[in-house]
Amino acid sequence: MSDYNFAYLDEQTKRMIRRAILKGLAIPGYQVPFASREMPMPYGWGTGGVQVSAATLTPDDTMKVIDQGADDTTNAVSIRKFFEKTAGVATTEETAEASVIQTRHRIPEEPLREDQILVYQVPIPEPLRFLEPSEVETRKMHSLEEYGLMHVKLYEDISRHGAIATSYAYPVKVEGRYVMDPSPIPKFDNPKMEMAAIQLFGAGREQRIYAVPPYTQVVSLDFDDYPFEATKADAACDLCGAEDSYLDEVIMDDAGGRMFVCSDTDYCCSRRKAGFVGAKGTAFEEDAA
Amino acid sequence: MTPLLKVQNIAKFYGGRIGCTDVSFDLYPGEVMGIVGESGSGKSTLLNCLAGHLAPDRGEVLFETRSEGMKDTVTMSEPERRMLSRTDWAFVHQHARDGLRMNVSAGGNVGERLMAVGARHYGDIRDQAIDWLGRVEINESRVDDRPTQFSGGMQQRLQIARNLVTGPRLVFMDEPTGGLDVSVQARLLDLLRGLVREMGLSAIIVTHDLAVVRLLADRLMVMKDGHVVETGLTDQVLDDPQHAYTQLLVSSVLQV
Repeated sequence: MSDYNFAYLDEQTKRMIRRAILKGLAIPGYQVPFASREMPMPYGWGTGGVQVSAATLTPDDTMKVIDQGADDTTNAVSIRKFFEKTAGVATTEETAEASVIQTRHRIPEEPLREDQILVYQVPIPEPLRFLEPSEVETRKMHSLEEYGLMHVKLYEDISRHGAIATSYAYPVKVEGRYVMDPSPIPKFDNPKMEMAAIQLFGAGREQRIYAVPPYTQVVSLDFDDYPFEATKADAACDLCGAEDSYLDEVIMDDAGGRMFVCSDTDYCCSRRKAGFVGAKGTAFEEDAA
Repeated sequence: MTPLLKVQNIAKFYGGRIGCTDVSFDLYPGEVMGIVGESGSGKSTLLNCLAGHLAPDRGEVLFETRSEGMKDTVTMSEPERRMLSRTDWAFVHQHARDGLRMNVSAGGNVGERLMAVGARHYGDIRDQAIDWLGRVEINESRVDDRPTQFSGGMQQRLQIARNLVTGPRLVFMDEPTGGLDVSVQARLLDLLRGLVREMGLSAIIVTHDLAVVRLLADRLMVMKDGHVVETGLTDQVLDDPQHAYTQLLVSSVLQV
């Protein structure tokens, strides 16, 4: 093992965070203040998510970390290694194998199960922040359920762009009560939030934790004549051919060449292993990089 | 006829200093009441107490609510009071920037109150916003422009449209023509007078400009050092002032 206490944080801190998590689960969508600790990484790199994960992990857990859906980007690799070192837990890249999944800005394509926990990294937990700068006022608006302002933002979108142009961090109403920022996930993922797994949200710099319990109603805000649409690039994955997954656009050269690939690397990989091949893909080889 | 607003012995103190004290009056539906006085006379404090922005230290403000009849707005719960202030009440600030969202388009500004009371149909909200912009003489083509691109007079008219869109019954106005040049003031007053008559609004207008109350107000209340020194019909008070301070106030107006 290591010289760290299990999962880096001391036991008192983890208890404090667990109390905030339990309160968050009891009041779906409500932002619970907590005493966020300094973590050995800069704010904005997932300090909130890491603290929630640390308080959630047990030695038997298997952890998966994704960053924009990918297991192999800097943020994901660093956080995975962090917990390998400080908690000694097993890690995996396979969604189905994991019991705790920390995510930055995506929900895995594969549906999650009741025995899984999804931990989101949240930069700005307050959905009303850019409309109302005062925290005192936004708290009052939440407590009195005054959410007309949220629709002003959507109104502005339509009047300026002809459609609701907000494509990520799309505001949702949880269980008919609190309006919540789903963290900057693409709005394509919003409908998936009514899921079997527990969803926990941690914002380190802003010192807030909130949660969505399993099978909780999550409704994306919209207008009667401009209903919510979960959008994605109008293409299929060029590697695995999937038409139902969220796609990243990758610029290939200076001549305008581009390809679309699944943002969820594990999903793409498992499809390729199963023999699916996209327009620009090749058959999967076990030793390929 | 029952009064729309019944104010009884309102007092507000700032520590040992008097903000306003012993103010009582009734306001009837369709009536416009002017409150005049010099700077520091307590007229803005009084208005803020009436509109629920400040909690008075003493007294009652009874408002004839649609559902429950006369109700004290000082002791009612905050959600109820805030609901009133976005449905039956309107507040026009002296500085339009205090009453508008400067980074939201004109249409969004007018639509905010509609959305706050549950409107969820974009087309309807927009139609109503355009209708109201027309009523306050702002061209339909400006509906998607931000208030920062508007002149001072237009901003003030936009603020009025934004406040009146939900069909309030009582409008509080704090120096609505302050800081505007005279020709713009005249147009704004004309507009306000038309809207008040047309919609049968009751209004309380705080101003130091006697010409404004002469044009708009049915009744006048003169304040000095936190006290009401004289009340009466506007023409009566202005033409035959009884209290020494009112006499000074009326005679101080520059004659052109």
